[in-house]
Amino acid sequence: MSAMELLLWARGPGLGIAVAIFLFGMTLRLFEIYSLGRKTDLAAPRSPTPGSGWRTVFSRSLPYQGTWHRSGLTVITGFVFHIGLFIVLLFLLPHIKLIHSLTGLSWPALPTSLVDLVTVLTLIALLVVLVHRLMDPVKRLLSGFGDYLAWAVTFLPLLTGYMAYHHLLLDYTLLLALHILSAELLLVVFPFTKLTHTFTLFIARWYNGDIAARKGVAS
Amino acid sequence: MSASLEKGLNALREVMDAPIASFFSSCVHCGMCADACLFYTETGDAKYTPIYKLEPLRRVWQQEYTLTGRLSRMLGLSKPVSDADLRNWSELVYDSCTLCGRCSMVCPVGNDITYMVRKLREGMSAAGHAPEGVIGATKRTIELGSPMGVKLPALQAQIRGQEAETGLSIPIDVQGADYMALLSSMEIINFPEYLGALARIFHQAGVSWTLSSEAFEATNSGIQIGASDIAREIVGRIVTAAEKLQVKHVISPECGHAFTALRWEGPNLIGRPYPFKVVHILELLDELRTSGRLQTVGKEDAPLTFHDPCQIVRRGGVVRQPRALLGEVASDFREMSDPGVWNWCCGGGGGVSANERAEHLRLTAFKRKKSQLDELGVHTMVTACANCRIVLEEGLEHYNMNVKVVGLTELVAEHLVEQEAGK
Repeated sequence: MSAMELLLWARGPGLGIAVAIFLFGMTLRLFEIYSLGRKTDLAAPRSPTPGSGWRTVFSRSLPYQGTWHRSGLTVITGFVFHIGLFIVLLFLLPHIKLIHSLTGLSWPALPTSLVDLVTVLTLIALLVVLVHRLMDPVKRLLSGFGDYLAWAVTFLPLLTGYMAYHHLLLDYTLLLALHILSAELLLVVFPFTKLTHTFTLFIARWYNGDIAARKGVAS
Repeated sequence: MSASLEKGLNALREVMDAPIASFFSSCVHCGMCADACLFYTETGDAKYTPIYKLEPLRRVWQQEYTLTGRLSRMLGLSKPVSDADLRNWSELVYDSCTLCGRCSMVCPVGNDITYMVRKLREGMSAAGHAPEGVIGATKRTIELGSPMGVKLPALQAQIRGQEAETGLSIPIDVQGADYMALLSSMEIINFPEYLGALARIFHQAGVSWTLSSEAFEATNSGIQIGASDIAREIVGRIVTAAEKLQVKHVISPECGHAFTALRWEGPNLIGRPYPFKVVHILELLDELRTSGRLQTVGKEDAPLTFHDPCQIVRRGGVVRQPRALLGEVASDFREMSDPGVWNWCCGGGGGVSANERAEHLRLTAFKRKKSQLDELGVHTMVTACANCRIVLEEGLEHYNMNVKVVGLTELVAEHLVEQEAGK
């Protein structure tokens, strides 16, 4: 199979298969969560609590000052690579074009040189995150195969994208094919690793905020 | 109750719900909960990371409630939770967690870890892996009526003592009173002045109140050990007594977990809402203050601080009231670092203080409170939980610290405007 054939497969059937697995997997995961349900809380809430879950969905995005102080490295690298991933994913011109071709939606892109800089920062942040995970006793204790797999499938699309843009090491067509394949690997692995947090954290935060608000606490 | 692994696992299956599934689905293993937990910060031992304490529950969820987990179990890639696993986790679930709830405030994906530790304890106790000390306290509550074995005659003796002290009568079994007050054993044995304080405050404010001879104990070790059937029986006694006396309100004593048991868990345990309202004593005092029925005179001049009991503040929502009350009776109130819902636990909540095997760890964890106090340099600490108070006093003594611990209700009572018609 030539690089071009690989690229064509990745753009065509490969993408279809990856998206299908991703959608099936995430639907299954959400079904597994919500189908468990929860018991109605019979204790009278301290005050009416509409919207409290939603408030925590947003408020939990910013850490408490004590958390900055105690978990600084985790917080900073976490912010950098998450924001970086969003910028690269959503504001690089070729990505916007792809989204446009699939959904018809479109928005202005950021200058490629800026996205390039963001990519470098994100790659560095992810490397720091990996080293931190390997060195820190707490993170190391909590980590298993799934954690390193999730890291790898997040790192690879960024790395291959960066290499393709700069024509590094390999032939451009092959790099582009590898880039798309790595993104597809991310989609396939996504529903079956902690990457599900991208969606489920909104559910978790909502429950947390709702449970606390019934007691009169903004969590 | 004969315990077994199967009963333990069944109890875990019973508590499994959508919040727990969403929490485990969201955990990214960032470890930030460790930095929020005083058992980790004061020992530096990674095993005390809050989310790690939930491993048995997480494994049951993953192996039985996710498709991938079920597949990997079928293929023999993951081992089911064994009795030895649960036994090994007993220390983490009971000794190194006070259900303080601080990790649940910090988790960036919003996991209510404390909610899950409480649920995991259901399985641990059903499997027979709760610590002896807490089992003993629970047995005494069921057999004798209180975790410390305090019976009615002991209460009656303290009532007589406090009546002599205050010159007021302390009502018992008064039908149709507005409020039924409850006590914790700690208060009956160690701090009877709480009862005297109630008598004086309610006399001045003109509150119609009573104690019940059938249910005066508010603490509930059933929720600490994680045995809902026992917790239900203990709460049920209070509900029955309150319904019999037809009171409109039941007052939770200062004791933190008693408030959680009665206010938040109780209706869910008995399976129906209460026909009365539950108020924490600090909520009631603040209500009396704002309506002008509670009049105080003079203020403490010495600088003092407030230790927020976790179950009353972070897990109970009574945050503003203690500060408003302190404002009335203290001229130099100083907040500790991380005040209110961010406060650090005394280290002995959630059954830890009743668990002898946890004593060394608890005193180590107390170093957090010690450094907060050292930083503030105040020699009086007010609090509003009899259990915190005992644990704080033990910690202060252990570290030879010159800090006095005072109950907030008693402090308010000391500053009451004395009335003529007191006797």
